[in-house]
Amino acid sequence: MTGAAQEARLEVEVWRGGETGHFQSFVLARRAHQTVLDVVTEIQREHDATLSYRFACRVGMCGSCAMVVNGRPRWTCRTRVSEVIAEGNRLRLEPLRNFTIVKDLAVEMTQFFDKWKQAKGFFEPGAQPAADFAVVRPATPQRQAADAGIECIGCGVCYSACDVVAWDKDYLGPAALNRAWTLVNDVRDCGNAERLDAVSQSNGCQACHTHMSCTQFCPKAIEPTYAISGLKRAVLSRALRGGS
Amino acid sequence: MSALLFLAQRATAVVLAFAVAVHLGTILYAVRGGLTAADILARTHGNLWFLIFYGLFVVAVAIHAPIGLRNVMREWTRWRGRTLDIALALFALLLLGLGLRAVIAVFVS
Repeated sequence: MTGAAQEARLEVEVWRGGETGHFQSFVLARRAHQTVLDVVTEIQREHDATLSYRFACRVGMCGSCAMVVNGRPRWTCRTRVSEVIAEGNRLRLEPLRNFTIVKDLAVEMTQFFDKWKQAKGFFEPGAQPAADFAVVRPATPQRQAADAGIECIGCGVCYSACDVVAWDKDYLGPAALNRAWTLVNDVRDCGNAERLDAVSQSNGCQACHTHMSCTQFCPKAIEPTYAISGLKRAVLSRALRGGS
Repeated sequence: MSALLFLAQRATAVVLAFAVAVHLGTILYAVRGGLTAADILARTHGNLWFLIFYGLFVVAVAIHAPIGLRNVMREWTRWRGRTLDIALALFALLLLGLGLRAVIAVFVS
């Protein structure tokens, strides 16, 4: 086999099974501009139709195709193989860490989204509807703080990267806390007292160790670590003013 | 962790950063001239500044350490809830008792 032919091969190890299982090896052609999701799809269509994985939009909007690729959590539809493999031709694909594995590369997301609810990560309009439209100027610090975290697609990459979630399964996690922070900065929202209570329990923002893995790996370049720091300040400020 | 526990741990960390530096600096200074234990006790006996400084040191430790230990226990074991909080409150009292006993013993001896 020539050197060029060897380079054109891609050796892929894919996790098969649930919490227990094994890696299965596949050999594929390596193509220019190939994404990791292309590789998984090719395996499922051409090599083994029983492989389970999750995707929908293929363009980085839906947040459903995240996996651990060569040890790091990534959105696979927007990750080219050439970005992941600096040298050699090996790819190792695993399900996201810190989630229960359904099968192969598909994980159970229920706990992840339940924690968004626990963190009051939903808009609270108050008892009465607003009398008029709220005017929110884009240049205000609150609007800018909300803007910084609003593009989250719920892919679970930050949750997979977070060491605190690995240690403490009850920890709310970066995505839920980031969502809570965007709402703390939403001037229309009426649920901040309950929200700040919710995020300052033992499993809340103060448990963050500021490792910044969430910020490093977020595919949307959101910085949940700063959102969590903002929540710590807001909670502390409220406590010093006499809130719980 | 509640906001007040978080605040207590951070505030006592500030006190300890200062107190540990003074404590270590004092030790280094005191042993340079070859002071004996009796010499040191002679200086600490009845010294109100010593009593206040080390009293504050012990109180800060008794607050800071159990809160940190609570976090460690939550992250590395499955122990949670009221029993953990009670155990660590007792640990805080133990640190406070042993620490103040030592400070008072050196102050009055």
